[in-house]
Amino acid sequence: MEITIKIFRYNPEKDKRGHYEVYHVEGDENDRVLDILEYIKGNHDGTLSFRRSCAHGVCGSDAIRINGRNMLACKTLVRDVGEKITVEPVLGLKIVKDLIVDMEPFFDNYKHVLPYFINNSPLPEDGRERLQSPEDRARFDETTKCILCACCTTSCPSYWANGNYYGPASIVTAHRFIFDSRDEAAAERLQILSETDGIARCHTAYNCTEACPREIKITKVIGEVKMAMVTGKLD
Amino acid sequence: MTKNHQFDVVVVGAGGAGLMAGLYASKTAKTAVISKLYPTRSHTGAAQGGIGAALGNIEEDKPEWHTYDTVKGSDYLGDQDAIEFMCEEAINAVLELEHMGLPFDRTPDGKISQRPFGGHTNNVTGKPVRRAAHAADRTGHMILQTLYQQCLKNKVNFLDEFQVLDFIMVNGKTAGVVAVELSTGELHVIHAKAVIFATGGHGRIFEVTSNAYAYTGDGAAILLRHGIPLEDMEFFQFHPTGIYKLGILITEGVRGEGGVLINGKGERFMPKYAPSVKDLASRDVVSRAIYTEIKEGRGVNGKNFVYLDIRPETVNKFAAEDGRTNIDGSKYNLTAEQVLAKLPDIIDFCRVYLGVDPVTQMMPIQPTAHYTMGGIPTNKFGEVVIDDKNTPFPGLYAAGECACVSVHGGNRLGTNSLLDLVVFGKYAGLKAAEYANQAEFEKLPADSESATKAQLEALKNGSGRENVFKLSNELKKVMFADVGIYRNEKDMLSALEKVRELKARFKDVTVTDTGRIFNTELLNAWELGNMLDVAEVIAMSAANRKESRGGHSREDFPDRDDKNWLKHTLIWNKDGKLEIGYKPVTITKHQPKARVY
Repeated sequence: MEITIKIFRYNPEKDKRGHYEVYHVEGDENDRVLDILEYIKGNHDGTLSFRRSCAHGVCGSDAIRINGRNMLACKTLVRDVGEKITVEPVLGLKIVKDLIVDMEPFFDNYKHVLPYFINNSPLPEDGRERLQSPEDRARFDETTKCILCACCTTSCPSYWANGNYYGPASIVTAHRFIFDSRDEAAAERLQILSETDGIARCHTAYNCTEACPREIKITKVIGEVKMAMVTGKLD
Repeated sequence: MTKNHQFDVVVVGAGGAGLMAGLYASKTAKTAVISKLYPTRSHTGAAQGGIGAALGNIEEDKPEWHTYDTVKGSDYLGDQDAIEFMCEEAINAVLELEHMGLPFDRTPDGKISQRPFGGHTNNVTGKPVRRAAHAADRTGHMILQTLYQQCLKNKVNFLDEFQVLDFIMVNGKTAGVVAVELSTGELHVIHAKAVIFATGGHGRIFEVTSNAYAYTGDGAAILLRHGIPLEDMEFFQFHPTGIYKLGILITEGVRGEGGVLINGKGERFMPKYAPSVKDLASRDVVSRAIYTEIKEGRGVNGKNFVYLDIRPETVNKFAAEDGRTNIDGSKYNLTAEQVLAKLPDIIDFCRVYLGVDPVTQMMPIQPTAHYTMGGIPTNKFGEVVIDDKNTPFPGLYAAGECACVSVHGGNRLGTNSLLDLVVFGKYAGLKAAEYANQAEFEKLPADSESATKAQLEALKNGSGRENVFKLSNELKKVMFADVGIYRNEKDMLSALEKVRELKARFKDVTVTDTGRIFNTELLNAWELGNMLDVAEVIAMSAANRKESRGGHSREDFPDRDDKNWLKHTLIWNKDGKLEIGYKPVTITKHQPKARVY
């Protein structure tokens, strides 16, 4: 089938502003959008720039906007989006070149929420693992899936309005630790998320949940963190 | 303008091995971790099924058994001192990951859960043993995340999206690396006393692969150019179960949970090839079995694939036939809910890429290029060793998939790659810091970056008669077809000739993007140069080894030949020509014997 793909282009060394270019390529309904981008880069225009690595939805490099929604280019097939495709960089982060955005503010927000395991108690005397019941492990399973692709944060209207907002991805990371029975810094993280640029900026637009390529129920996760903040309990 | 930096230790690559090395080196030395990807994008994150360690959490197990299984899996080419070391370290390595917060799945009594994996056995009964510690089917993702998080906690320095382009060597010692900052196009000279390469593998030289785009053999190719040898490059692992055509990995954990392989006639065929452990034989054995079924006309609908079946009714039927039980002796009974809970990512991949639901449908699979057993030669401390006497090169280290310790020999067992990178990443980090703390900086030459500049200029100023994308596809096709699962003299020599032709044509490539900012076209062209160099080494090493061992299976030499070939291949680049040499295999307890599963 012929695929018509309209791609946002911006070369900071030449262009004053971005524009769109349209390419017509032969493709298959099972092609990934990433395959089409690769094909265009290889055969039509080598300057087309985007990030990618694993090509099967686990590394989080290729978050872009496809027909107006945030997706991973490698996890979206032509059959999912049709043969007329518009591809643009995600919103809310500075466009560096074509589909590449500046990820630094995203990772800076991530770093705000103490994104690492904290437990200062002594290890078990026999040196073995800290015990955790399967139920306690299941409590935060959902949020261990996050690949930091930024699909959620860059689909969030509150984040678009205020880039200081830590954003849904950071709250997902915080949740992963707050609800881990082995971690000891839940209170600190809840305190951080109660700051001005924390969780209060979430207005449950639900875009994050719809955007997540890992199908994390982010709005629900944020709700659980809000509840923990209010009740002081981690059930 | 070139920018200059100075660190005691520089780690190149931020996957599991690089992060572990960075974490440990930075405890005592000023360290930087440089990576062409954001660390969390590294390919360690794609590892699925588990990390091997004889924790014995569910049933009896011991490091000695893990050692023997790994030696046998390697087809006796692995160095047994290093394998013993890795398998003994395994228990503490996995416990350390847990202490760092890694969310392993749990047993009912709260311990780290373990599942069976190919080639891992109880050495007394010969039956599969539960040795793979796992976090659903995203164990690698959890290792990568956890190590990156610990690096942040410990304030490790990162240079993200910096591509290392060259190694700086002065007076036969390590002096640093040259890198380009992708966001600006600026060159950086990073002066260092010790450098650790942790750049991963090079599976992208094959047409059907589970590997990331980033897997282009950068570290191996850079060092080869500097006269450092590469070891056992003929040994490349084809994983039995990649998604048909796409090559995306379907974890061996599927078979660990009871999944079976089914041919086009609807038969379970692995018992023919591995009567004892059947579908849980070593990867090389299973890949050859699939290939044989297809070649003999038993692929599905005459095509190049067979099925992997994890539907509970199939699993339970064969589990009953095999006499598989739960650990308490009760009947093994897998439910659809358990499949969803234990293999969520696999289910997701099949739904997204195939429109197949593995709970009710079979998965079409074919072997996929997966893992580099060979690589930069090291000893068990991650020190790069440059000859048949294992002489270390001062200040140079390697760990993870780019390195060849060798613990995997001719064939790697599943779960041993994650173990390899955690154990040897750690020791490389410790040793590099120890070295840096007693060594002086070598004086940098004035033109450290001149070779790199020349290399990049050549890519920008070629005649333009050739295209990177096209050359890359030609390379992948010929390597997969002629230096793949089964090999023979004629095909390998024609592949070698083809690779050399591609190398010549590569000189006529030109990069159309003349910009500095995120010039990914230039980067891809440079990576193709690495892939070509590595492919030439692989084809030449493979044609040279006239026997079959592990992942190297020759139609014209179908048997293992310990008399002539129980030795490692070393290959050097001497002024543009490749030269082959050998070094002995270290054997401690396990004398080579026939390998039967």
